[in-house]
Amino acid sequence: MRYSIFSLIRQAFRGHAGWEPAWRDPAPQSEYDVIIVGGGGHGLATAYYLAKVHGITRVAVVERSWIGSGNAGRNTTIIRSNYGLPGNTAFYEWSMKLWEGLEQDLNYNAMVSQRGVINLYHSDAQRDAYARRGNAMRLHGVDAELLNRAQAREMLPFFDYENARFPIQGGLLQRRGGTARHDAVAWGYARGADRLGVDIIQNCEVTGFLIDSGHVRGIVTTRGVIRAAKVGLAVAGNTSRVAAMVGLDLPMESHVLQAFVSEGIKPLIDTVMTFGAGHFYISQSDKGGLVFGGDLDGYNSYAQRGNLPAVEDVLEAGMAVWPGLGRIRYLRQWGGLMDMSMDGSPIIDRTPVAGLYLDCGWCYGGFKATPASGWCFAHLIARDESHPVAAAYRLDRFATGHLIDEKGQGAQPNLH
Amino acid sequence: MRIDCPYCGERGSEEFSYLGDADTLMARPDADRPDAAAAFHAYVYLRDNPAGRHRELWYHGAGCHSWLVVTRDTRTHAITVVISAAAPRAAGGRG
Repeated sequence: MRYSIFSLIRQAFRGHAGWEPAWRDPAPQSEYDVIIVGGGGHGLATAYYLAKVHGITRVAVVERSWIGSGNAGRNTTIIRSNYGLPGNTAFYEWSMKLWEGLEQDLNYNAMVSQRGVINLYHSDAQRDAYARRGNAMRLHGVDAELLNRAQAREMLPFFDYENARFPIQGGLLQRRGGTARHDAVAWGYARGADRLGVDIIQNCEVTGFLIDSGHVRGIVTTRGVIRAAKVGLAVAGNTSRVAAMVGLDLPMESHVLQAFVSEGIKPLIDTVMTFGAGHFYISQSDKGGLVFGGDLDGYNSYAQRGNLPAVEDVLEAGMAVWPGLGRIRYLRQWGGLMDMSMDGSPIIDRTPVAGLYLDCGWCYGGFKATPASGWCFAHLIARDESHPVAAAYRLDRFATGHLIDEKGQGAQPNLH
Repeated sequence: MRIDCPYCGERGSEEFSYLGDADTLMARPDADRPDAAAAFHAYVYLRDNPAGRHRELWYHGAGCHSWLVVTRDTRTHAITVVISAAAPRAAGGRG
């Protein structure tokens, strides 16, 4: 069923009794051309583009729980492409271009809202760094504007511009950045993939791999053996656990990142703001809740929940830039598991096992990358060669020294 | 999370800084071994990253300034053993 104003009106007259499920619930077949492990945004996008762009429709997406139950449903919904390093800029800009056409392509309302993303700067040195990043973006054809203090104040009038320690001097603005409805992205890709013939198999956990003389032959799951000559892993947060089943050691730690939502209030902030002197970012959902987050808790975790010191740290940073936040009650918080790679950048590459492909290491930044990650991972699986915009995301870059260290801090698993 | 420091007693985790996998980080490879490049790649970048029991280094910066080896379950955050890092550190060649 195609969604449109006409289908909506038709269903309204029938009491909305005629809507069909957006995707089937098939039992796993014994064999596919490609199996994608992980039914989050990245895995579903990969399956969709495998079918749509590469014509490979005998594809299964296997998901341990229900689709979108991991980080696809545990992020702060921000989309942006304000990256400065050569390996990143083109990739994230391709993702932004896909976001811009996503809803028409999928015939699904993902509530993509290009409301702008502002990174505030608080010192001369930080302004210089942001100007450099903005210039790098513009040289790649990405939009970026350096705002001075008055321009920033016009867009964000209620912040603490008189803060003696961290005065707001301006910001780097990407107007095409913004937010999208996170669950709808997973559902939209699932529906799109399903309509092209992809089997989405939920409640199906991978327990092992079939490997024969260095080549993957399939997977062992809680719902039986499924054979395929190509298997893609899109299980960020749990990549180390799954990769350990084939004996792979990865440059990765799993960390917990918390995010928060306030009570619903009238429209208050119409853009996405990041505080440059502490780690804090905030936007407002269409339901009215302020959605915000900050640093990792800072220790290895698979618990999908964090602790109070990180909550205090995030709220302190928020209060420093926006004292009015103290009058708003925060409603709930959650924790998601981050694949924290050792340079803060992702991996989309082959593995030493032939036919087994990796899409992982998304750190904090996986949501905005969802369309391009799916696009490039599908390209890698279908053609067995890296997509040009994802060519830098190699697994061996840590051994060869070709790190993509956007933050410039060296080998540690707590970068963006 | 509360960490039972052997010198200071039980304290909130906000008094401590986290470094990572103790068994990897306390076994720095010998720079003269023939496979030193591969060994240092593993030492600097690769981690077991287990879901379950994890031995890890914490530094008590707001207390006694000692390095500790904490055994913690990464699925539940439950801490079972806390010892000083001095003895395992010496055994791992980082005396």
